[in-house]
Amino acid sequence: MSSAGDVALLPLGALAEALEGRSVSAQEALAACLARIGELDGKLHAFLRLTGDSARAAAAASDERRAQGRPLSPLDGVPVALKDIFCQEGVETTAGSRILQGYVPPYDATVVARLKSAGAVLIGKLNMDEFAMGSSTENSAFGPTKNPWDPTRTPGGSSGGSAAAVAARLVPGALGTDTGGSIRQPAALCGCVGLKPTYGRVSRYGVIAFASSLDQVGPMAQDVKGVAHLLSAIAGQDARDQTSSARPLDDYASALEAKVSGLTLGVPKEFFGAGLDPEVEAAVRAGIALLEKQGVKLREISLPHAPYAIAAYYVVATAEASSNLARFDGVRFGHRAKTGTLLQMYEQTRAEGFGDEVKRRIMLGTYVLSAGYYDAYYLRAQKVRALIKDDFARAFEEVDAIVSPTTPTAAFPLGEKSADPLAMYLDDVYTVPANLAGLPGISVPCGFTKGGLPAGLQLVGRPFGEATLLSLARAHERQTDWHARLPALG
Amino acid sequence: MAVSDYEPVIGLEVHAQLLTKSKLFCPCATSFGGEPNTQVCPTCLGLPGALPALNRAAVEMAVKAGKALGCEVQERSVWSRKNYFYPDSPKGYQISQYELPICKGGFVPVLEHDGSVREVALERIHLEEDAGKSVHADDGSEVDLNRSSVPLIEIVGKPDLRSADEASEYLKSLRLVLLYLGINDGNLEEGSFRCDANVSIRKRGAEKLGTRVELKNINSFRFIRQAIDLEIARQAQLLDAGSPVRMETRLFDHEKNETRAMRSKEEANDYRYFPEPDLPPLQLTAAFVQGVRVPPLPHERYAALLAAGVSQADARTIVNDVRLVALHAKVTAIAGAESGKRVAHLIVGDVLRLINDGRLDLESPKFTPDQIIEVFKLQDAGAISSTAAREVLAEVLASGAPPAQVVQDKGLAQVSDTSALEAVVDAILARSPGEVDKYRAGKKSLLGFFVGAAMKELKGKGNPGLLNALMRKRLGD
Repeated sequence: MSSAGDVALLPLGALAEALEGRSVSAQEALAACLARIGELDGKLHAFLRLTGDSARAAAAASDERRAQGRPLSPLDGVPVALKDIFCQEGVETTAGSRILQGYVPPYDATVVARLKSAGAVLIGKLNMDEFAMGSSTENSAFGPTKNPWDPTRTPGGSSGGSAAAVAARLVPGALGTDTGGSIRQPAALCGCVGLKPTYGRVSRYGVIAFASSLDQVGPMAQDVKGVAHLLSAIAGQDARDQTSSARPLDDYASALEAKVSGLTLGVPKEFFGAGLDPEVEAAVRAGIALLEKQGVKLREISLPHAPYAIAAYYVVATAEASSNLARFDGVRFGHRAKTGTLLQMYEQTRAEGFGDEVKRRIMLGTYVLSAGYYDAYYLRAQKVRALIKDDFARAFEEVDAIVSPTTPTAAFPLGEKSADPLAMYLDDVYTVPANLAGLPGISVPCGFTKGGLPAGLQLVGRPFGEATLLSLARAHERQTDWHARLPALG
Repeated sequence: MAVSDYEPVIGLEVHAQLLTKSKLFCPCATSFGGEPNTQVCPTCLGLPGALPALNRAAVEMAVKAGKALGCEVQERSVWSRKNYFYPDSPKGYQISQYELPICKGGFVPVLEHDGSVREVALERIHLEEDAGKSVHADDGSEVDLNRSSVPLIEIVGKPDLRSADEASEYLKSLRLVLLYLGINDGNLEEGSFRCDANVSIRKRGAEKLGTRVELKNINSFRFIRQAIDLEIARQAQLLDAGSPVRMETRLFDHEKNETRAMRSKEEANDYRYFPEPDLPPLQLTAAFVQGVRVPPLPHERYAALLAAGVSQADARTIVNDVRLVALHAKVTAIAGAESGKRVAHLIVGDVLRLINDGRLDLESPKFTPDQIIEVFKLQDAGAISSTAAREVLAEVLASGAPPAQVVQDKGLAQVSDTSALEAVVDAILARSPGEVDKYRAGKKSLLGFFVGAAMKELKGKGNPGLLNALMRKRLGD
């Protein structure tokens, strides 16, 4: 029997095997996580709240099932945490915002219900940039999360709490959301694995919306296998989300064993140019070389409209967000300013409840949709989006996946970019195109900078090509131990 | 200038709630009158994270309306968000259809007073969700979201109407069509059938349209006329004084007999329409559209009744009431089209009278169409007289009692057996030989005496027509 400390350090895939082999119980795994959280999260602030009581009940039930040989899935008994963007019935859900402080949803998000049906043990809600708007978790109304590799730096965002919790081994698996890179970028900055599925692969029902045509739910874990288990549990059509796809699921677990020789990787020249930190580049190129050793071919490609992606993204995403956030008006739930007329109530409630970045984006989004500007901005941005999608479609006629750095730099210091929103936006330059095109993307740890900060390698695939991405990611992981490195904490 | 020197130009927008069981984007019940905020869920409450899921029945009803009204049903239509803040709009936007609606063009068939059909053009029909209801009191306002997200079709008419009268007829015709289709209950007072009027005026003969004003809060047919006439007069007065008409929305106040500008509409609202990202475009197959059945419409029923020999007045009476026309259709379906006139007569006579007396409720009738036909058959066979038939029908319609039973209970059976009648005829004539001679000598008026005596002998149950004929024959006529 492993010691409590060791159990917490097991990546999700290994923990699932240990639970199946009954060398570890769900209650032990949970206790190990909670102990580590108690020890370390005071410094990191990855969690906004814990659901210890219900987790203990769930763990006990899981052990009961295992004893009877009736596990619900490979995830049965595995502790999992949720970005605070997922509605969980009876549990405060804030989306990192003061306007939802104290809000308790009366229903579960579909992915939450599916995790419960798979037997996962939900242990708490994780910190995030307010309404998923940000790349550093500094926009949380409840204080930032620290990067486990260097607590003076951000873990990235908006799923910063998720990435930090996984990397610090506070929990083996977490769910995040990715609208412009919000799973992949923090995964890269924290040295864990994060997958953004194809748009429509996973239900958005119960996920507090930022940008409806871009948001996707995705798994984060220290190992590729863990990500595959989580994806299998949550993916699939949902009648409640009519943008979810009817296409059947692949067997993600068996994709991990697939051979990758013969696959071709596209290397987009636009993603290896100015602004890319040389140490990050070196780590990524080393990762590419490892895949080449496995028989993967390389091919230089061009995504000529990629330079316009950030601009198009910030027009489309903010437009949709300005509409999605209109419901936060103090009338039915959440914060309400106690003040005079209806208009005053609206204005005061939102002024008090929303942070600066959210206000900025609502204003921008309202502007680009307004009469006289819709054609020049929103419509045009959607056209650029179509061009970007075409670029990828053309590329995928010649390659099976596209490889690049996940981010241009490693984790940056807290406060460094928060005064310059545009600089913050540019951090998404390699991740945003996949969101605009609705394509799946995964970030895997591929090395460290001299300063000891993680670097991430990103693979982007064809629509519903998650299996190929998982195969390639696993092939890379097999030859490295980056994912096994432990940040030096407490 | 007199008001009559101006030509009114009127276009009507109707919002009709669809009679689906559940709401447009969630399975909540649409029934009216429930306890506030009990027919709600995360979706129609606009809770964070909730998403819309389209109700197929609503689409079928919208297609039905489109086909009935001669529209081009679009194979592809797109959902849009109409963004505005108001407490009865929980998401802060309404899901509607903007650039690409489900139906384009079309017309409302208006049955004119002279029986001709005028086709008043439509712009479009689209689907959208209803808002909740606000209740304002002195100490605050309350919102009931039971109505939030109930399916609506918005039927937009072209500005082809030229008087309050035409507007009223158009509205009545459209309402009737929707009732025939079974997709709306036509209730103006409860708000399931709502009408806004766009009114402008211009000098007669002018081509350019005047500035239009939107009138809201018109919840009866009487008020339609009143509101429009008021507005025409108000605009005429303005123009006569040299003042321009302002483009605005005005509320109709029937008690004060005036229209008032709505405070919040000083500037036009910018709804910032954009395609709804949570719903894919609505794709309809040709098979789906073809499969939606449209029943005969009021003007078609009217023409059929006329062809069956029904008078214009009776035909109009029947056609204007969905229940009456449905009853007529049911009975003639069994009894055959030839019975059309007879059934119509029954409906505008006995049926209507019983309804007005409160003895018959066509919503839950106690009788069946077959029973009516049975009475007709008894009458045709001579088993009951036509007077008796009316009495039997009235009883059957009101109570649903079997016709044969009613005939028996009321002793209304008529003697039509020829030999039985002949026997009586012979007996009567034998009793009055003197009168017989007088008759044969030319006093034909004695026929009544003989027939009357025979009828008395038969206790009034003789078949009058037969009796008459037999008597004549015996007398040698």
